Amino acid sequence: MWNKHKIFEKHSWLLSIAILVVVAIGGIVEIAPLFYLKSTIEKVEGMRPYTPLELAGREIYIREGCYVCHSQMVRPLRDEVERYGHYSLAAESMYDHPFQWGSKRTGPDLARLGGKYSDEWHVQHMTDPRSVVPESVMPPYAFLDRPLRLEPIKAYMTANTLVGVPYSQEMRDNYKADIIAQANPDEGDVSAFLSRYPGANARVFDGNAREITEMDAIIAYMQMLGTLVNFEVYEGEAEEHLR
Amino acid sequence: MAKHSLTSGAGLRTDVIGTGLIMALGLLWSIFVTAKGIEPEFRIQGATFLGGFMVGFFILFAYVFSGQDERKDEYMDGVVRAGVIATMFWAIAGLLVGVIIAAQLAFPNIFYFSDFGWLNFGRLRPLHTSAVIFAFGGNALMATSFYIVQRTCRTRLAGGVWPWFVFLGYNLFILVAGTGYLLGVTGGQEYAEPEWYADLWLTIVWVAYLLVYLGTIWKRKEPHIYVANWFYLAFIITVAMLHLVNNAALPGHWLSSNAFPVFGGVQNAMTQWWYGHNAVGFFLTAGFLGMMYYFIPKRVERPVYSYRLSIVHFWALIFIYIWAGPHHLHYTALPQWAQTLGATFSVILWMPSWGGMINGLMTLSGAWDKLRTDPVVRMLVASVAFYGMSTFEGPLMSVRAVNSLSHYTDWTIGHVHSGALGWVALISFGAIYCLVPWLWKRPRLYSMKLAEWHFWISTLGILLYITSMWVSGIMQGLMWRAYNEFGFLEYSFVETVEAMQPYYAIRTLGGVLFLAGALIMVYNLVKTARGDVRRSEPLAAPANA
Repeated sequence: MWNKHKIFEKHSWLLSIAILVVVAIGGIVEIAPLFYLKSTIEKVEGMRPYTPLELAGREIYIREGCYVCHSQMVRPLRDEVERYGHYSLAAESMYDHPFQWGSKRTGPDLARLGGKYSDEWHVQHMTDPRSVVPESVMPPYAFLDRPLRLEPIKAYMTANTLVGVPYSQEMRDNYKADIIAQANPDEGDVSAFLSRYPGANARVFDGNAREITEMDAIIAYMQMLGTLVNFEVYEGEAEEHLR
Repeated sequence: MAKHSLTSGAGLRTDVIGTGLIMALGLLWSIFVTAKGIEPEFRIQGATFLGGFMVGFFILFAYVFSGQDERKDEYMDGVVRAGVIATMFWAIAGLLVGVIIAAQLAFPNIFYFSDFGWLNFGRLRPLHTSAVIFAFGGNALMATSFYIVQRTCRTRLAGGVWPWFVFLGYNLFILVAGTGYLLGVTGGQEYAEPEWYADLWLTIVWVAYLLVYLGTIWKRKEPHIYVANWFYLAFIITVAMLHLVNNAALPGHWLSSNAFPVFGGVQNAMTQWWYGHNAVGFFLTAGFLGMMYYFIPKRVERPVYSYRLSIVHFWALIFIYIWAGPHHLHYTALPQWAQTLGATFSVILWMPSWGGMINGLMTLSGAWDKLRTDPVVRMLVASVAFYGMSTFEGPLMSVRAVNSLSHYTDWTIGHVHSGALGWVALISFGAIYCLVPWLWKRPRLYSMKLAEWHFWISTLGILLYITSMWVSGIMQGLMWRAYNEFGFLEYSFVETVEAMQPYYAIRTLGGVLFLAGALIMVYNLVKTARGDVRRSEPLAAPANA
């Protein structure tokens, strides 16, 4: 029987094909069903695409590598649910390209960060973390007070549309107006913005109404994290949600 | 001189034309990006590519006119020598960045600078992981694979200038990716951070790597393909598959650096950890097992312990590894059937992993005395022992109950480093200690004493690292879930962060020691390569000292 293996040792193309077949199986079995099994992502009310400002904030979150120290995935364990809030649902990251579940909690989980702290706290904490949390090991992000670059955001919305996030033509065309309306409501058309992104926060996030900064974007993003699904009406024990 | 032209030898030099054409296209593209990129960071990345291709053309001309490829009757070792130098350079760079970020967590008031956002932990950490895994590990794999495939096939590397294209192109990829992280250019998926254009460039380089490797095997003078080559081949093929699937992403504009993964949310998570865990399985394991299967038998002058065991553990390892990814996603929103599959295969994976360890260790049968007399052998064997330890720890941590405690804590970080420092780095160092005298034609290393020091300093460093991470990880996991007598959570999150401080300091010390050992090695290798080696033969160590 061992002699039969010689065929692989003498034909490199056979060896290569055999390797490819053997290593392909596991991934096919584990990944492919996730696209067609309906139970993979539960149906919930409230999910909407990120507003352009939140999307810009999310890109800053990714750019700065926040995900290497913060998870966005509350596990259904007693202590986590009590510490952070309701466990995370698959649907809550359905518009996340890429997902930011993370793998390490050098800092706390952020999946339900939205609304827990005031904007002022966030500005102070991002600028100088140890001034509000003396034991913190987080880096300072004072430099985020620079102006947000608006032009690339259109390309980011286009890309998100291409990969399946339901941004409409209207949303993409109005990205600039929506950023202004959300970060500086006195200057923009808030009702038009809210008609496109119902329930979104619109206010001066960084306390500086003169310009729209990266700080505005990242705080807008952090303040909406985990707030889209209303868990007062969500029934986790319902038949269709048990997987 | 006419011989050294585009048409020398058998006719048209397809290798020179092929590499030149790819670089010319790359040059054109990078000019556009440098001028027109939407994000300023993209323009800098374009300029980096531009510089890289110009240097590439310079090297190509130098190569064509050097006549190096005329020497068809000898092994092509220039590219292996260059690979060894690159390996050690990136080892020092990657370890140094690791020490810096360890120090940042231990002493945040000293090592963060609010004016230099690009030196923040979040940007340096991907630089550290990529520099160590892909730059140090990748160059070590390329250099050793090019060395081994020539020797075990008894033939020169295939493809003329293509091996140089692979080596230099790969390092250009590293340069673009690494500087990109400092600029904040990242895809945001761990260990797959390079953006779409760097990924495309890597794809071209990787296909060339596969073809050079296979091309060399095709013209072998040996009837059988040696076992080390199976592992290298599995590494090259599987990494190609993982890379293509996990990095499928679209930018919104071809002049935008920022691409968005085709998969989102839960599917993205599954694909990412299928990729992420098999970056460990195939980049950091299969390839380095290839290294083990060549350098241990060679150094101890004994045949591989069991041919059958190598067959069984090869196919079992590559089949089972690929399933293990979902153990990174226990208790998450990934469906539980996938989590269970991942954990089950992770536990099964223990067996082929230890099959490999046994095959490596038992190769010393009849030569165990070398463990005492040769620090290089000790390093190789210690690496296999660390491999055995971390491949036992991994299945343990993939069990749901254990994972609920260990996940998100430093235990994972310690586990990774017992593999990365203990296994990957030590086997690479052992291989390079073997290679440098062979490649530079020196009778022996400059100093066995220094190699001895390197071994003990780095081993001490690893032990400090992983034990401090065990303690901090398990402690933090327990603190997170501790309740007081009133039924409330005992600790706030930040109290658990505060408790980590001494262990983060010890971890930093461990990293400093490991870096110091690597610096000693560089000194030793430079002296060896320069020829400061004693000519007389040292006395053999007494048999029963």
